[in-house]
Amino acid sequence: MAQKVLIKGNEAIGEAAIMAGCRHFFGYPITPQNEVAEYISKRMPEAGGCFLQAESELAAINMVYGAAGAGARVMTSSSSPGISLMQEGISYIAASELPCLIVNVMRGGPGLGGIQPSQADYFQATKGGGHGDYRLVVLAPSTIQEMIDLIVEGFDIADQYRNPVMILADGMLGQMMEPVVLEPKKRIERQLPAKDWATTGCDGSRPRNVINSLFMIPEQLEQRNLILIDKYKRIEQNEVQYQSIDIEGSDVVLVAYGTMARIARTVAKKAKELGISVGILRPITLWPFPYDAVAAIGDMPNVKAVFSIEMSAGQMVEDIKLGINGKKPVYFYGRTGGMIPSPNEILDYICDVLEVR
Amino acid sequence: MSIIFERPRSLTDKPFHYCPGCTHGLVHRLVAEVIDELDIQANTIGVEPVGCAVSAHDYFDIDMQEAAHGRAPAVATGIKRVWPDKVVFTYQGDGDLASIGMAEIVHAAARGERITTIFINNAIFGMTGGQMAPTSLLGQVTTTSPHGRDAGSAGYPIRVSELLATLQGAAYVARVSVHDVKNIARAKRSIKKAFTTQIEDKGFSIVEVLSTCPINWGMTPADSLKWLQDNMIPYYPLGELKVDGEGVINR
Amino acid sequence: MGTVTERDDEMIHIVFFEDICKGCGLCTSVCPEGIVSINKDRINASGYNPAGVTDETKCTGCAFCARICPDIAIRIEKVS
Repeated sequence: MAQKVLIKGNEAIGEAAIMAGCRHFFGYPITPQNEVAEYISKRMPEAGGCFLQAESELAAINMVYGAAGAGARVMTSSSSPGISLMQEGISYIAASELPCLIVNVMRGGPGLGGIQPSQADYFQATKGGGHGDYRLVVLAPSTIQEMIDLIVEGFDIADQYRNPVMILADGMLGQMMEPVVLEPKKRIERQLPAKDWATTGCDGSRPRNVINSLFMIPEQLEQRNLILIDKYKRIEQNEVQYQSIDIEGSDVVLVAYGTMARIARTVAKKAKELGISVGILRPITLWPFPYDAVAAIGDMPNVKAVFSIEMSAGQMVEDIKLGINGKKPVYFYGRTGGMIPSPNEILDYICDVLEVR
Repeated sequence: MSIIFERPRSLTDKPFHYCPGCTHGLVHRLVAEVIDELDIQANTIGVEPVGCAVSAHDYFDIDMQEAAHGRAPAVATGIKRVWPDKVVFTYQGDGDLASIGMAEIVHAAARGERITTIFINNAIFGMTGGQMAPTSLLGQVTTTSPHGRDAGSAGYPIRVSELLATLQGAAYVARVSVHDVKNIARAKRSIKKAFTTQIEDKGFSIVEVLSTCPINWGMTPADSLKWLQDNMIPYYPLGELKVDGEGVINR
Repeated sequence: MGTVTERDDEMIHIVFFEDICKGCGLCTSVCPEGIVSINKDRINASGYNPAGVTDETKCTGCAFCARICPDIAIRIEKVS
């Protein structure tokens, strides 16, 4: 059995990137994910790669654009306000079909916000925080081991579809330590296409490569959009990931991701003691969102209500309502500002809704 | 039959779309001639700005990337860090470099990034129709300084070359002009020195090229060159501010 | 008095690519021999009056016109 190591989430992010063959990282300090860049600044040179602290997140994401366009496996990491600064660059990366990995260790917002964990960037990540019709594949780990595995898989997904991939973690996952196995655990082997489109210097043995996204002629820009739309359909068909726990025969279902999914399991244990059976649906891909799995809950006669539990003012709840499509009542419980809902307060809310005492 | 003057190999055959008399095309040619003479066409990767030269990839017959407005030095940094032995250059206008992209160019220079920047200073925003740029001269009438640039509200034109020359990472900094044939030859020499500075791994290199924008200046092409000579050169003195890292402010 | 090198066996041939010339006139302002001018009675596909050389035999091959042309619309050869 592979040897377990106790490691901090943020450092695991750095190690996972190197394990995945990422040899270029551009970042900028921002709490609560400073250790990602600190760790990589030590490890990347050892791995023969390039670490560069940019002058801003805005510069960093454009360095990612350049390196990705040059054919490298490249990553950046930041937290909420920094990710906001990157939105324009992310839209360009998606528009130019460039693969890269973007880690968002979410913190309380809006504005300068705070440094405690949050999930209030869900909309930004899954609905597009930048301009234009584009999508990021958004992966939401709930343990440090899963974060490692999703980073390794995220690079493959990015290369397979030539699309940016975001790891949506939070300050808790970044700051806590857990025993993990530092070995790439690939869910599936993927066929990764060659990067013959990259700007590597053209010696005439191939046509010139141009990485761009400006099309003054609308028909051409529409063509680029149609290519993206087709890609996003394929991703929606092939890349949905979620975990369902005891949903069959449950009275209520909690839908929660990341840190909140861990808290939901405690809620389920406590609810059992009150005679309420609670199932959990944990989306792992926030985009493509597991609408079908949510819709299936809507068709379960035993389920009285669905709850979305988030560290936000309520964002994923909207996607749950889309999936449930009116077949069941959908409720939301959340805390903001970096406050983390406790199992008891969630359970109290569920009991109030079910009028159970 | 021998050739005295012809189109450089590193350019495609596509005619320039630039306005009549605009010196963008001329500077494109100088860069391409330098790429030919250094025989680096197969090794050069360009980064184009947002501005009139946003589709420079139609003209340079090399691999290119289009950067977001002002971010070309960051994009070029990303490319150079992936391919350190390739020649990477950015081609930027004054809005792109000295306005929205000032932080990126300053930090690329401060890092001594081994890239070369061709900075077209025509004292105006061209592509968007003639607005005031950070390099617009005091009193210069533009669509956003209709009564002439007034320092009281819009501050002073920025001398980018002097600013960057103070940075230790900047190994070659020169300001040139293309207002006459003699200066065109000098401009080409500086562009070649800038690319050579990169190839010899000495640090960051930039050539600021005083250029014209006849259509938005509202002058004929010939008058524009005259206006450049009479008005821009006094404020933006020509010359090599730094060679091999030595110059205005020594190490 | 400098001697003029005899070049009876060689001649400068200037090619003006009329269809990409935009009639900006910069070439006409730099020709030391004054033999480059805008051709008012010719018009190209874009509607510009292209530049041209009036008396090619006077051309010294200095290429000033070509060097200042923003559109590379001039090509200069030495033909024997």
